[in-house]
Amino acid sequence: MTVAVETRETVVHGDRVSLLRVLGPAHVWALGVGIVLVGEFTGWNFAADKGGALAALIVCWVVGLLYTSVAMIDSEVTSTVAAAGGQYAQAKHIVGPLMAFNVALFLVFAYTMLEVSDAILLGDTIVAKAGVEGLTHNSFIAATIVVLAWLNYRGVLMTLNVNFVITAIAYISIVILFFSVSPWTQGAVLKLNELVTPGNALPYGWIGVIAAFQFGIWYYLGIEGTTQAAEEVRSPARSLPYGTMAGMITLLIAAAMTWYVCASLMPWAYLGITYYPLWDAGKLTGSPLLENLLFIATLLAALASANGCINDAARAWFSLGRDRYLPSWFSAVHPKFRTPYRSILFLLPIALAFAFIADLNQAITFSILSGVLQYTFMSINIMMFRKKWPLGSIRRGYTHPFHPLPAIVLFCLCVVTFFAIFLGFGSQLIAMIAFYFLISLWFHFYRYKFVRRGDQFTMPWPKPQGY
Amino acid sequence: MWMTVSYACWGISILLALWMLYDWFKVDTTYSEETLTSSREGELEAVSEKHRI
Repeated sequence: MTVAVETRETVVHGDRVSLLRVLGPAHVWALGVGIVLVGEFTGWNFAADKGGALAALIVCWVVGLLYTSVAMIDSEVTSTVAAAGGQYAQAKHIVGPLMAFNVALFLVFAYTMLEVSDAILLGDTIVAKAGVEGLTHNSFIAATIVVLAWLNYRGVLMTLNVNFVITAIAYISIVILFFSVSPWTQGAVLKLNELVTPGNALPYGWIGVIAAFQFGIWYYLGIEGTTQAAEEVRSPARSLPYGTMAGMITLLIAAAMTWYVCASLMPWAYLGITYYPLWDAGKLTGSPLLENLLFIATLLAALASANGCINDAARAWFSLGRDRYLPSWFSAVHPKFRTPYRSILFLLPIALAFAFIADLNQAITFSILSGVLQYTFMSINIMMFRKKWPLGSIRRGYTHPFHPLPAIVLFCLCVVTFFAIFLGFGSQLIAMIAFYFLISLWFHFYRYKFVRRGDQFTMPWPKPQGY
Repeated sequence: MWMTVSYACWGISILLALWMLYDWFKVDTTYSEETLTSSREGELEAVSEKHRI
């Protein structure tokens, strides 16, 4: 007989141990914005190297459109398929097991490589600030990854409370910088009209704008990570759309402020190669207070991003284990902390190994590639979702407007981004596609026989139309 | 000063990694595998209906 034991925070049925449902919309916001905000502190500015300062602004808005579509589509599907694994659980129910397996791998790769990039960035930033001979970034990388893994191991509520605080501080620092340079007055501190002229706005023409898409992704990469909290939020149908859309609005504002301040303080040729655009902007104001604030904010943004990435990668890996797509050993939940502790520990040495052997560019490229593959899937996924379960056939927490326009826009922008990645990192793109193809063969011919097919589909939905 | 911070980072990393390994061993030897892997995707939705704080 199953006995319902009620604690202050959750309900445990008999011997079942499940993830803890304790999060609210603010945690969803902290998870999404926390993962992304580091992209304002480094990454987006390489778009200026590809196409000039104006190209960086164009991709800010166009890629913003891509991610607004992502956020809307994700909010609709996730508010209906509220399970850990996010897009993986969506793919499993809507497309099929092979797609789901691939999507989970996209997620794990995207988040683990982003975590690695964050740790390397944090280590490099400290070493740059210290300026001490013989000091290397390795100890800071190790501490970042291990301390955050420990935090994630100990519980999701504290993990995302910490993320909320550090993300908010990093975000406020951008706002403080913006208002400190008198943004309403050109010529006092900002010199946009001198630095971005008709002659140098698009130095490589429109092909430069296309090439800039690859790094424009950094303004928003990871906002879709909010869905990984689906099984741990108190009210998924309300919290997930609310937190995700609020996060997207926050990021659009941050991206616009960041571009305006940085493009008004640095020539595009320097902006496109620096690793610390906002920290440099703080230095260029001449204020030691702003310089130190932006240095600390860069570290906090990297920490928040790595923290959210550990959370999300572990949930995706955990979900694969729970459905036996991988050994079920990975689906263990800690009986006290209610976290997927084995998945967290398994991914920890992998992240450390990549952080010590890979360089920042490689890690970032693998993360972006996996992310864009995932967005391409999302555009197809929503079309199938609406076709199989039209409006009114199942209860949705949120219904996105203008369907199928966002899906078409998303798909087209993903194609442009793939072309941009091919221009810069063609061999990595081909290698990664080959990897996913081979791993799909392994899953289809070997691993799928271990899956309990009937247990995969858990949503109490009616039969899809046409079946 | 920065070198001291760097050594402290190594120390903290090693301590926390050891703690997690110890806790992992303790949990895995205290609870059955069936209990630890008992989470089910669909069940949580049903459980949440009874959720109270």
